Amino acid sequence: MEPENTKPDAGETNQAEPDRATGPAEAPETRPSVRPARGRITELPEPQLARLSRRELLKVAPVLVLGAFAIPGVQDALLKKGLGFSDWMSARLFRRGHQAPTFSDSELTPFEKFPINDYDVDDPGVIFENWTLTVSGLVQKPGDYKLQQIQALPPVRQNTRHICVEGWDVVGRFGGALLSDFLNLIGADTSAKFITVACADDYYESLDMATALHPQTLLCYEMYDRPLTREHGAPLRLNVPTKIGYKQAKYLTDLKVTNVLDKVGYWEDQGYSSFYGL
Amino acid sequence: MSGTVFEIIRTKGDEAESAGRAAYEHPLVVRLCHWLNAISLFVMVGSGLQIFRAFPSFGAKIPQKDLLNWPRSLALGGWLGGALQWHLTFMWIYLATGLVYLGYQLFSGNYRQVLFTARDVPGVWPMVRHYFFFGPKPEQREVYNPLQKHAYTVAIGLGVLSVLTGLAIWKPVQFSWLAWLMGGFHWARLWHFLVMWAMLAFVFGHLVMVLLHGWNNFVSMLTGWKKDPEY
Repeated sequence: MEPENTKPDAGETNQAEPDRATGPAEAPETRPSVRPARGRITELPEPQLARLSRRELLKVAPVLVLGAFAIPGVQDALLKKGLGFSDWMSARLFRRGHQAPTFSDSELTPFEKFPINDYDVDDPGVIFENWTLTVSGLVQKPGDYKLQQIQALPPVRQNTRHICVEGWDVVGRFGGALLSDFLNLIGADTSAKFITVACADDYYESLDMATALHPQTLLCYEMYDRPLTREHGAPLRLNVPTKIGYKQAKYLTDLKVTNVLDKVGYWEDQGYSSFYGL
Repeated sequence: MSGTVFEIIRTKGDEAESAGRAAYEHPLVVRLCHWLNAISLFVMVGSGLQIFRAFPSFGAKIPQKDLLNWPRSLALGGWLGGALQWHLTFMWIYLATGLVYLGYQLFSGNYRQVLFTARDVPGVWPMVRHYFFFGPKPEQREVYNPLQKHAYTVAIGLGVLSVLTGLAIWKPVQFSWLAWLMGGFHWARLWHFLVMWAMLAFVFGHLVMVLLHGWNNFVSMLTGWKKDPEY
């Protein structure tokens, strides 16, 4: 198996096959510019073949750069960069007018099989009579907004897919007001970059403005044509069919329009994707 | 090492004695892509399995029926968020490598060395007979035999499918037509998973053949040069 004929014989070179593409048939033997046609047999003196092989081996060495991902301190920074690039690409791929697929009523996941995911409690104990949505930031009319004011906006109902970052998905029916209508109502500066929300259970989230203005992004107060239940985020939650599940914040209490994010979201700040557009 | 090799050397006569027979099989771009791909595929599979652990099922969430309990030690990333960081980072390396490879093969014409075509069909059966039924070894005139070409062509196809199914899961809204082609998001996730196993089957066979074919064969993917090729 190892025919190492390393005889240091007189280098009677017949290194060149005549039909090689590298110009002069008699290439100088010290600097073999040998690039024979692939798969074509070439006869080379052993030392020359060894030299060529070493050189070609070195050319593959740049692959070792990926080894940086194995260095503990560098790894985190690189993965953060990679995730950042992914998010940047996600934002590029987002198309304002492109709608998430919608489904017929027969395709709905039954309400009782719509999972309830909380990081903390199913019911943070919102007192509905006192509830308002506190609006602040780059808006003309900041202040506390009642649920009736949101429900007075044109209602939208949609059957859309809810996809969890874990990998499961359900099709649900959501109803509410377009967030863009509400932003209009409060006189929001829609050239600002972000919307942030805070929740009764200390959860918090943010949306880029393009997503906030998307024609399927809802301030959601209904699921399956009924008022939101407490476990699903009563009295008001986000429904954003163009985003992953953890962006659909529940039990909203505050909404802010801003250009600066000091924090992105509950899960995002632990290492999940900031944009996660679908 | 079959008899043909020695025949060739003998016909070349004395002048070949001081020379080693060698063939330049793998251009630099192909070698770079091969190793980049090996690394990124390893990361994609490892982190993919960790992502799968978060919901190891393809059915409903309620009630959830787990398909398999994949051990954490055979996964990469430690937790779902960590695995997603690896997956969403290396998918770009995986994709870029694939595009460079396909582009190079196409424009250099090197694809003729790899692509399985109708011309290779007659050579399939003798090769199968040799590998699996102790048949005589068919004479090899090219870098790859028909079965190799078939395996590599399928692997390249799986690579393309892994990207398309992955894109359908990652962007089921922006590429809703892709997800639709695969039967919806739910199915796209299953296809992505199955494509991975098909790819792993290829990798397993590939590694077995590398072991069987010996050191020179392995080295050729590093240096490009194969010593004492079989043709």
